[in-house]
Amino acid sequence: MAATGIGARVERKEDFRFITGRGNYTDDINRPGQAYAYFLRSPHAHAAIRKIDTKRAAGMPGVLRILTGADIEADKVGGLICGWMIHSKDGSPMKAGAHPALAIGKVRYVGDHVAVVIAESLAEARDAAEAIVVDYAPLAPVVDLATATEKGQPAIHDAAPDNQVYDWHLGDKAAVDAAFRKAKHVTRLDLVNNRLVPNAMEPRAAVGDYNAGEDAFTLYTTSQNPHVARLVLSAFTGIAPEHKLRVIAPDVGGGFGSKIFIYAEETVCVWAAKKVGRPVKWVADRTEEFLAIAHGRDHLTHAEMAMDADGRILGLRVKTRANLGAYLSTFASSVPTYLYAPLLSGQYNIPAIYAEVEAVYTNTAPVDAYRGAGRPEATFVIERLVEVAAREMGQDPAQFRRKNFIRKFPHQTPVIMCYDAGDYDAAMKKALEAHDVKGFARRRRESGRRGMLRGLGYSAYIEACGIAPSAAVGSLGAGVGLWESAEVRVNPIGTVEVLTGSHSHGQGHETTFAQLVAGRLGIPIENVSIVHGDTDKVQMGMGTYGSRSGAVGMSAIVKALDKIEAKAKKVASFVLEASETDIDFRDGKFTVRGTDKSIDFPSVALQAYIAHKFTGQQLEPGLKEGAFYDPTNFTFPSGVHICEVEIDPATGVTRIDRWTAVDDFGVIINPMIVEGQVHGGIAQGIGQALLEGAVYDKTGQLVTASYMDYAMPRADDLPSFTVGHTVTPCPSNPLGIKGCGEAGAIAAPAAVINAITDALGHEEIAMPATPQAVWKAVRAVAARAAE
Amino acid sequence: MPRVSMRVNGAQVSASVEPRTLLVQFLREHQRLTGTHVGCDTSQCGACVVHVNGKAIKSCTTLALSCEGAEVTTIEGLAAGHDLHPMQAAFRAHHGLQCGFCTPGMIMAAIDMVNRLGPDLSEETIRHELEGNICRCTGYHNIVKAIRAGAAAMGGMPLAAE
Repeated sequence: MAATGIGARVERKEDFRFITGRGNYTDDINRPGQAYAYFLRSPHAHAAIRKIDTKRAAGMPGVLRILTGADIEADKVGGLICGWMIHSKDGSPMKAGAHPALAIGKVRYVGDHVAVVIAESLAEARDAAEAIVVDYAPLAPVVDLATATEKGQPAIHDAAPDNQVYDWHLGDKAAVDAAFRKAKHVTRLDLVNNRLVPNAMEPRAAVGDYNAGEDAFTLYTTSQNPHVARLVLSAFTGIAPEHKLRVIAPDVGGGFGSKIFIYAEETVCVWAAKKVGRPVKWVADRTEEFLAIAHGRDHLTHAEMAMDADGRILGLRVKTRANLGAYLSTFASSVPTYLYAPLLSGQYNIPAIYAEVEAVYTNTAPVDAYRGAGRPEATFVIERLVEVAAREMGQDPAQFRRKNFIRKFPHQTPVIMCYDAGDYDAAMKKALEAHDVKGFARRRRESGRRGMLRGLGYSAYIEACGIAPSAAVGSLGAGVGLWESAEVRVNPIGTVEVLTGSHSHGQGHETTFAQLVAGRLGIPIENVSIVHGDTDKVQMGMGTYGSRSGAVGMSAIVKALDKIEAKAKKVASFVLEASETDIDFRDGKFTVRGTDKSIDFPSVALQAYIAHKFTGQQLEPGLKEGAFYDPTNFTFPSGVHICEVEIDPATGVTRIDRWTAVDDFGVIINPMIVEGQVHGGIAQGIGQALLEGAVYDKTGQLVTASYMDYAMPRADDLPSFTVGHTVTPCPSNPLGIKGCGEAGAIAAPAAVINAITDALGHEEIAMPATPQAVWKAVRAVAARAAE
Repeated sequence: MPRVSMRVNGAQVSASVEPRTLLVQFLREHQRLTGTHVGCDTSQCGACVVHVNGKAIKSCTTLALSCEGAEVTTIEGLAAGHDLHPMQAAFRAHHGLQCGFCTPGMIMAAIDMVNRLGPDLSEETIRHELEGNICRCTGYHNIVKAIRAGAAAMGGMPLAAE
């Protein structure tokens, strides 16, 4: 048997169905008699709806029903919610405007949901939608983030007359002011964290199904957390109580945060299924995804860092304005607050930090968590600051970082987080060697001889993963607990099904979770199945985001396995006629200590179900255990990424020549999968830095609404990556796992921009650093030199 | 409605379709071959790549009627049971997929690459040739490795494997 336990590079169990075209994504699901939904979307960024005339459309071929906001009101379908309460500095709660699944009285962004047509075919639904006549009274749109709250701007929601959602802060202002008074050097930066579209390759989709006989609903949907979807659709939207609503998230083609949220479309599909008495299917086309999926990032930040004469950091002051779009998406409020500011300390010993965040509404698509969610934004701030500070003070950027690294753990930062373990210097040392930073000067000279500019940039990131413990996040405003559940079902022949509340949409849980179970129980990995994504099978779960499935989801499995082992030992003690305390379990075998008596795990499973060797009074038959695991802390993955670029000053084209990543994810279950997560994260980070940006024009039209206009990273935009690890086990969960899913996307943007600014000798370059932007910067440097 | 007939993965199929039916709709909805995916509306992402008469095409911008009499191979037509095509095996061995959504198109495009350019493909060639296929998960690193290895393994095979 090839090694399959923790640490082995096991080929993925799920791959066979994907490489043979037998995956089962939501769009692959067809229910008997299904009808098709097509959403009529707002062409205006901001407009009052005077009248919707559906008469002609309703009579068109194949049309079953047309629903609008009036039907939402009539049926009292609850609005979409934001599940994280943030309070402003003055103690007032955030101003959340109503978010109906179909617009009521007003549209607030291009792509907002005006009506849905349910028809026999998608083509007929689409044709009929074109025949709906909507009388709009256009209002002035609020598009620009910088000026959204200025006097005279129209209010997007009555609940927020000045378009401000909240004005929040964290940290000790007085301590920071005192630190700046002592400073010998202050570095100041204005930063734009560009707006991104997540772009999982599978567009969102939903199939709503209603069983009149049972008065029960089933929703198939592209979700990262089907149980949370069920909870929201039950408790808030009020479509059906939880025991009458089954949510299935089958194979999901990537999420990156964007499929956490509960959207209008799936809400409408499940609601409409009962109204039309037919299953209702909706599949987004790519432009709909651009228009209406939750976008990511979109911050404007002014940051200042104070240093003493040696370059030791004394204090950090950050003021950020965050765009939350036209409505508050499911977790939107938490992203620029508690997922952002508590990470501003980075890997550094910073005695005083103060952050202010003003979140605003604009007439643009809602903005919520996208891979990293707040942590990439924080890393971009701190890693640009330290790089620039080092350059300004004439110090080597790597040495500047090392001087300020936190070296003692646990470390309490001034902004909530208590880092439990890490060795930042070890990762830096390893990265410097792996990258051959010593050879950089030579490589730069060689580039110069060819008329090219070469630069090197670092990013020493930290993130907080797991997004737990529940009580802690509850105290910060979360509306839910962030534990995870697991159930281990051992079958009589010793095969095992593990039901998990985590959800895999590319992360490979069917393999890594099985590695854990097979290794622990000493059974072949083929004998383990991982079940997820179905609320009828898995009782409850919190889903997958925030790199939490290893640290939290697998910890729940460990807890259930502990119970399985304890119960199995009891069974073995009856079979082997020995005291339970004398039974050892190792390599799949129960042995009586000091004897040659033993029994293997499958035989114990069989005995547990046959139940001949013990009475029901002595022991319950069967072998099935469940557990809920609530972590004791966040986890703190960290690492150092080094990006080296070569820029052609004649064209502004930036080529990434080499990339080195050394990450500390704690204990690694499957290095092959972890490396893949790092590669993908880096690619998204490079995309943000060089290529991607969602752009609205002044009228609020999204001008980057297709792959013709929004530059996705292609294979020839990227290098191959050198990926290495250091390991400091996480002390806050039983496996020592920290999480790896977001690291690359968190680390990469700062590394790229630090490398480009190093190459250019010019700090002002906004993301995405397109060839045009870089070329302009090259010209600016030349003009400055000529003065 | 007009009728269209073609051979799909070796089987003769035919159906009455609306003239505007795309090949990908014909495959997914009429033939229930859901391995071929739709990831965009602008012929950019390549999730829908299939082979028509031995050449890779984007089935999301091809009318089904234009494939009358054609020989079509989809991702479902590559393996014989558990006996995988070398390119499929290479994607699994090199972790060239994560969520799996772009994978059918990637594999079909990769096989076409080998058919056109031979089994000895450089990293540079592969990256350039993948301009019509987008993956959001892998950063392409392992896709490039998988295609190199899959191409080399195909080297021992007749080029027109289908």
